[in-house]
Amino acid sequence: MFHIFQKSVQTGLVTIGYPQKPAQISAQFRGAPAFDFSAWRDARPAAEACPTGAIQIHDFDARRSVTVDYGLCNYCGECAEADGTGAVKITQEFELAVRQRNDLIVTAEYALRPDGSQGELVEMGRNERGPGGRRYRSESAGGPGLGIKTEETTTPSVSELESLERNVQQKIHRLLGRSLSIREVDAGSCNGCEMEIGALNNPIYDLERLGIHFVASPRHADMLLVTGPVTRNMELALVKTWRATPEPKIVIASGSCAISGGIFGVNYATRGAVDAVIPVDVFIPGCPPRPHALLHGILLALGRMEQRALPQGATVVNPQSC
Amino acid sequence: MSQPIARNLPRSFDKIRTRCGDFFESWIEANEAELHAAVALSDLRPMVERLVENGCRLACVFAEDRVAAQGFYLLYHLFDHPQDRRYLLVRTSIPAENPRFPSVSAELPSVNWQEREIQDWFGITAEGHPNPRRVALHDNWPEIHPLRKDFPIDTVLPPFEGEQHVYRPTHGEGVFHIPVGPVHAGIIEPGHFNFAVAGEPILYLQLRMFYTHKGIEKRFEQLPARHAVYLAESISGDSSFSHGTAFCMAIEAAAGVEIPARARRMRTILLELERLYNHVGDIGAIATDVGFGVANAHASRLRELILGVNEELTGSRLLRGVVCPGGVRRDWTEQQIIDCRVALQRFESDFADLMRIINGSDSTRDRLDRTGTLHPDQASDLGIVGVAGRASGINRDLRRDHPYAAYGEISFQVPVYQEGDVLARLRVRVDEVGQSLAIIREIAARLAPGPTRIALPPLPPDRIGLGAVEGWRGEILHWIRTGADGRLERCKIKDPSLSNWPAMVEAVKGNIVPDFPVINKSFNLSYSGTDR
Repeated sequence: MFHIFQKSVQTGLVTIGYPQKPAQISAQFRGAPAFDFSAWRDARPAAEACPTGAIQIHDFDARRSVTVDYGLCNYCGECAEADGTGAVKITQEFELAVRQRNDLIVTAEYALRPDGSQGELVEMGRNERGPGGRRYRSESAGGPGLGIKTEETTTPSVSELESLERNVQQKIHRLLGRSLSIREVDAGSCNGCEMEIGALNNPIYDLERLGIHFVASPRHADMLLVTGPVTRNMELALVKTWRATPEPKIVIASGSCAISGGIFGVNYATRGAVDAVIPVDVFIPGCPPRPHALLHGILLALGRMEQRALPQGATVVNPQSC
Repeated sequence: MSQPIARNLPRSFDKIRTRCGDFFESWIEANEAELHAAVALSDLRPMVERLVENGCRLACVFAEDRVAAQGFYLLYHLFDHPQDRRYLLVRTSIPAENPRFPSVSAELPSVNWQEREIQDWFGITAEGHPNPRRVALHDNWPEIHPLRKDFPIDTVLPPFEGEQHVYRPTHGEGVFHIPVGPVHAGIIEPGHFNFAVAGEPILYLQLRMFYTHKGIEKRFEQLPARHAVYLAESISGDSSFSHGTAFCMAIEAAAGVEIPARARRMRTILLELERLYNHVGDIGAIATDVGFGVANAHASRLRELILGVNEELTGSRLLRGVVCPGGVRRDWTEQQIIDCRVALQRFESDFADLMRIINGSDSTRDRLDRTGTLHPDQASDLGIVGVAGRASGINRDLRRDHPYAAYGEISFQVPVYQEGDVLARLRVRVDEVGQSLAIIREIAARLAPGPTRIALPPLPPDRIGLGAVEGWRGEILHWIRTGADGRLERCKIKDPSLSNWPAMVEAVKGNIVPDFPVINKSFNLSYSGTDR
């Protein structure tokens, strides 16, 4: 017993100050890539090097459209290495969580030169579709599905959406913002996300200091934190867990696989993105997202932290352009 | 790979060949780590029996669809022998018009699931299998064989609509079933456990895995090698570096290249860091599952310390994005290596304090001692590998028995216990933490400057290669065949968990349900690595 007390006193306080204080992160940490779209002269080496297909190129009518999907990126840094011109840089950015899937997708359109390189940057915008024209937010994305609508059938106007979102956010904040119970659901992940989510319970990140804790049953939960591409074998279990969670509830898709299917994609055994199966409120990119990134995403869902712009150089210039 | 220690060692397979040579249609020494042989389908069973009689271990069984290319399926049996550093890969062709092979699961239960996977994935019947039900594809799946070449990976199947699996009933007064999962109470992976209990004690545990099956082996066939390493890193998140390394070793073996000495040593250090963070995490988790939260608080703090070292050295807490075919992607400065050493010194003394706290608790010891016992004879029958094997008397460690990376340069102890209980599995981990720290110190001292990566020549089709790594959990095997345009034709993955799940079934028998979590944690098997 004496050893235990002695050790506790010796160890002292180890909990980090984030999010009240800035995160202390290793200078070696490989965060989000930033693209200097106006200076980028050839996206092909980076696209070729990308293992998940997060950088896609479509050439048409003397134009080149380059799409970068931060929800498919596995943050390996191959693009920056292959590019070598300085137009693609690896940053320390990790606060990447967003409320809309499309906020993770950036498109740049260039004039196409005869030698295949890029000329002037013509236009920038967000894309309604994922790379390769694959629709993510669609009931028909990966098969017949279990009948849960994950996409609005009619599209409300932007101002309607914004006021709706504000109302919903206020309501959620009022109901859940002070203390939150999370049920974690692994819908098919590699266990990388689980390890970082589990780390939120350790004395370093200590989620409970923020009034948030993990619970054993969806019946006790306000939030589902879902990881993995949703496998065919987990689809029904995920839907049942979602149905068992009382309203109002928040769903977070954590990690690139949960956002887009990741490197596994959609295949005979997986349905890919979580939002192809149940509606998702917040998306936390990363492979896996580090504990700080998870904290940011969870607090973003509660309205206790703000959504940040994508890394500098990749800012959406004109979000309404498409 | 040339390893200084690897020379002048017993080469038992040479003797075995003279004793069993009449079975083999061919026998080729492919490289210093692999022997390739071929056997006729009719000789397969007697050949396996003879090799096992001669002390060989059947490590893995897998298949390959060569129907379009050669007109038949290929079945592979991979053996090793304690007195040989090489693996023996025996190939058998199976006619496409009558796809069946003789099962050896009744005699060698270690390949029970593996043979059934071949049935599910290739539609090749394992004749005489004692339990030929589906394993890798659940009962409600349509009649498909996804690893056949004529099965498109993007086939859309009807949705999963509920269980059809029939669990073995258990009858008797007061006997009932406790179904658990696939969504569990903790932050862990999905799987289903069906306990038959009489009061508190567990009579029988039925496992149902493959909930996270995501078609990984099929997905490999779409990717070029340099991209596929990221898929390998995502097979089992806590073994990203080991799986990535095993995959890269398979590619390097297929290409016939040797990676630079500095890369070999850097890989060794990173493999040991992966072992360290997982072992210390598990030690804490075992403490948690017997209600010793303070010990876990310190253990998880120490785990974070190692994850911090990982990030300093690789940019990733889980060591992702650093191993690549031909070496490693980034080099280290002297300062980084010094910082790593300083951090590990701090870890070492802190870890000693943690173990003093755990060892000082009689009630903890009481909960772990003789809990979840896997007897050595059961472990050996089931072909248990890794930590769980060494806790049950199986003296095997690929780092010593099939040296790779820089393990051939050094010597270290392989801890082996006979008790087979949770305490023994804890002790193996504690001893291995000490060994890992010593290995890292010694290898870091040998880390001479030099290149960290060599460029791989373009890989011609139909080259094959094997990579074998002792991950923190146990034996990880990757076998590849190259295809056209630098893509992979086939990648077989064997995670140690696939071998070890059946051990849990044996270990929990007779224990009380409240001890199940700590028994489960003491094995800490990967669901995703099993399910792929």
